[in-house]
Amino acid sequence: MKTFISIFPKQLILGFLLLAITGELHSQVIDSGITRTPVDTSKSMLNMDAVYNRPFLSGAKMPVAVGGYLEANSIHSTEDGVSEGLSFQARRMTIFMSASIAKRIKFLTEIEYEDGTKEIGIEFAAMDVALHPVFNFRGGIIMNPIGAFNQNHDGPKWEFVERPDVAANLLPATWSNAGFGLYGKTHKGDWVLGYEAYLTNGFNNNIIDNQENKTFLPAAKENEERFEESNSGKPLMTGKIAIKNRNIGEIGFSYMGGIYNKFEEDGLVLDQKRRIDVLAIDLSTTIKKTGTYLVGEVAFIWVDVPSTYTQQYGNKQRGAYIDIVQPVFKRKILDWENATLNLAARFDYVDWNVGTFNENNADIGDELWAISPAISFRPTSQSVFRMNYRYQWQKDILNNPAAKTATWLFGFSTYF
Amino acid sequence: MKNEYPLFSGALFLIVFVFACQQTAPLAPEENELLDGPTEGLSTEQQGQFLKGDQAFAEVFTIEKGLGPIFVANQCSSCHAGDGKGTPFVKFTRFGQPDTLGNQFLNLGGPQLQHKAIPGYQPEQLPAGATFTELVAPAVTGLGFLDAVSDADLIELSDPDDANGDGISGRPHWNNIPDYVTLRPNTISKNGMYITRFGKKGGAYDLLHQTSGAYNQDMGITSDFEPVDPYSRLETDPEVSIQTVQDVVFYLKTLKAPIPRNQDDPDVISGDLIFSQIKCASCHTPTLKTGFSPIDPLSNKEFHPFSDLLLHDMGTDLDDGYTEGFALTAEWKTPPLWGLGLSKDAQGGSYFLLHDGRATSIEEAILLHGGEAEQSKTNYAELSETEKQQLIKFLGSL
Repeated sequence: MKTFISIFPKQLILGFLLLAITGELHSQVIDSGITRTPVDTSKSMLNMDAVYNRPFLSGAKMPVAVGGYLEANSIHSTEDGVSEGLSFQARRMTIFMSASIAKRIKFLTEIEYEDGTKEIGIEFAAMDVALHPVFNFRGGIIMNPIGAFNQNHDGPKWEFVERPDVAANLLPATWSNAGFGLYGKTHKGDWVLGYEAYLTNGFNNNIIDNQENKTFLPAAKENEERFEESNSGKPLMTGKIAIKNRNIGEIGFSYMGGIYNKFEEDGLVLDQKRRIDVLAIDLSTTIKKTGTYLVGEVAFIWVDVPSTYTQQYGNKQRGAYIDIVQPVFKRKILDWENATLNLAARFDYVDWNVGTFNENNADIGDELWAISPAISFRPTSQSVFRMNYRYQWQKDILNNPAAKTATWLFGFSTYF
Repeated sequence: MKNEYPLFSGALFLIVFVFACQQTAPLAPEENELLDGPTEGLSTEQQGQFLKGDQAFAEVFTIEKGLGPIFVANQCSSCHAGDGKGTPFVKFTRFGQPDTLGNQFLNLGGPQLQHKAIPGYQPEQLPAGATFTELVAPAVTGLGFLDAVSDADLIELSDPDDANGDGISGRPHWNNIPDYVTLRPNTISKNGMYITRFGKKGGAYDLLHQTSGAYNQDMGITSDFEPVDPYSRLETDPEVSIQTVQDVVFYLKTLKAPIPRNQDDPDVISGDLIFSQIKCASCHTPTLKTGFSPIDPLSNKEFHPFSDLLLHDMGTDLDDGYTEGFALTAEWKTPPLWGLGLSKDAQGGSYFLLHDGRATSIEEAILLHGGEAEQSKTNYAELSETEKQQLIKFLGSL
């Protein structure tokens, strides 16, 4: 459970949600002049703009724009011949609201319901002050810009039901913290350069003490205190530089690091300071000739795990994924003018424990490989039906024969 | 209608895609290729408890759940991956008892070294002057069958004074037992002591004794059965419930006996004969039978562990100067050989055999035998290469 019903009373959120998604009301507001702000597809947008670059509904006299998306799917998984059967999942429903408060000042928030109401969280709630295109202030609950997926994770943008393993099971997906920082962009010719730099609260000991029995950065998301207190008392620094050539693509280099453990309390020393450092490189491009879209990310993690602790928790991790999306056709189907059918494939790799055992120098396992062919159908750019098949090989820490899992996923995701 | 053709074509493609990919779903391994899984014939209630025990066996102990602060491993399955044997990654060091007079280092952290610690704590150090041994965990399959063998049968198998003159003098481990164990039906007592049969030295009476000790000494988890924390050496509130411990005990009791493979292979058949001819079977008794068990599928059954559950002197090479209970330092309980061929799949693809995992092949393990097994080792060395391979193939089929 991520956060802060206390900030927005649950009833208010639910009520707002109903207002936002009720078809009848939707048609009324359209009739009364509300317009849909389309996604900006101009080539000056960077991945860092994803949080604002979403379809919003706004009215001419309303200071607030709203939007959101829904993701749902069915899943059938078989591991080494044993299946848990067919399940249906309402993975997440997200609402976002933005407001222009005054000239140069705007606000945006993103509230997410995961697995029904099992997890309700504010993923993003920040005030932006635009001082200059290359110098903007942002403060509040911020998505740490590590890799690309963390800031650009909306379900309808992706051809796959599952999030990339490197982004969700190595790095924490939708990893946000309270903090402040700066960001900006500049253009010259076909080139766009952007940067972000934030100081936020950060990780805690959960990353090396959790039910996954491995160094697991997403476990820090369970720490509800991170929106009001830094576990270590030291800020987590996150910075990213992204460069885009409008004809080639975008590459981003991001770093996140700081002290993660509570090394002292009430003036008493509990442990030595222990660092976490994360480096990620993300890449996206479209091959003009074929229209093939490629997006990927690679991440490296170093964690200071006490040498006297169990090697079950690794001190080095790495992972990568790449998505290849090939539009097959784009044409009118039924009443959809630009319906698109895509073929796609994803390759996932994660090694949660890079290294060898102290006891006998044998390679440590704890790694995963997966390949996911996919078919997606987009009646509009804002909605996607997708069918994925995922075949996964996962080895335990001892490098015993890999558990093989085949998973069928069929679902949809749509902005509303 | 023309606009809809692509939609129908796409749907057709999806159907073909589904059927094509369904063929690639991973198949279940053959039952005889797995060490884990329940004994056949459990009732639905028993299968439910087996499942609970399985989940508890895999439970990861975190600091919040009571791990440590000093420990060896943080879950049962760290040491028994896939319910198989352990690896050097999770070796146990036990120390402080060189003779049958009891452990002289209990006040210095004995009998087991907790060589890991949660952040902010220092792990235990081996006290100066303490004799010690290193152990890898045994497989945990088929333990309910071993538990249900009657004391009388073990006494019947024993020959402590080598009365038959075959050089083999196996004896039961008569030992003190904790108050919390429930005596098995028709258990036999001698001078207030009972036959203990679990553990490398056969020092634990039953699976409750073994499991409670493992929670406490391996993971630093206290229970009503073993309430003293290894770090503070003080009694603490239980960190695992009685029910959970009992579920794990039930799980261990009802894990199936390993199923032998390739029994029609001529080499395996020849290897079986050689196994008896060179007297391996004198200690690695192929067949035992259970007495009464409240778990019906375990009751009055013949089974094939290739162990007599007795203590044998294994010679100086395997004498590491440490013991438990009333076993001597060179004595080890005959380890069951069932499941031997599947060990590698739980040990990261390599064999780690004998009590400390020092043997990395079956042949190396044979050649490290001594003491009462000296003659069998000599007999093995005199076999032809073909016969050796047949014997090893037989052992790998178990």
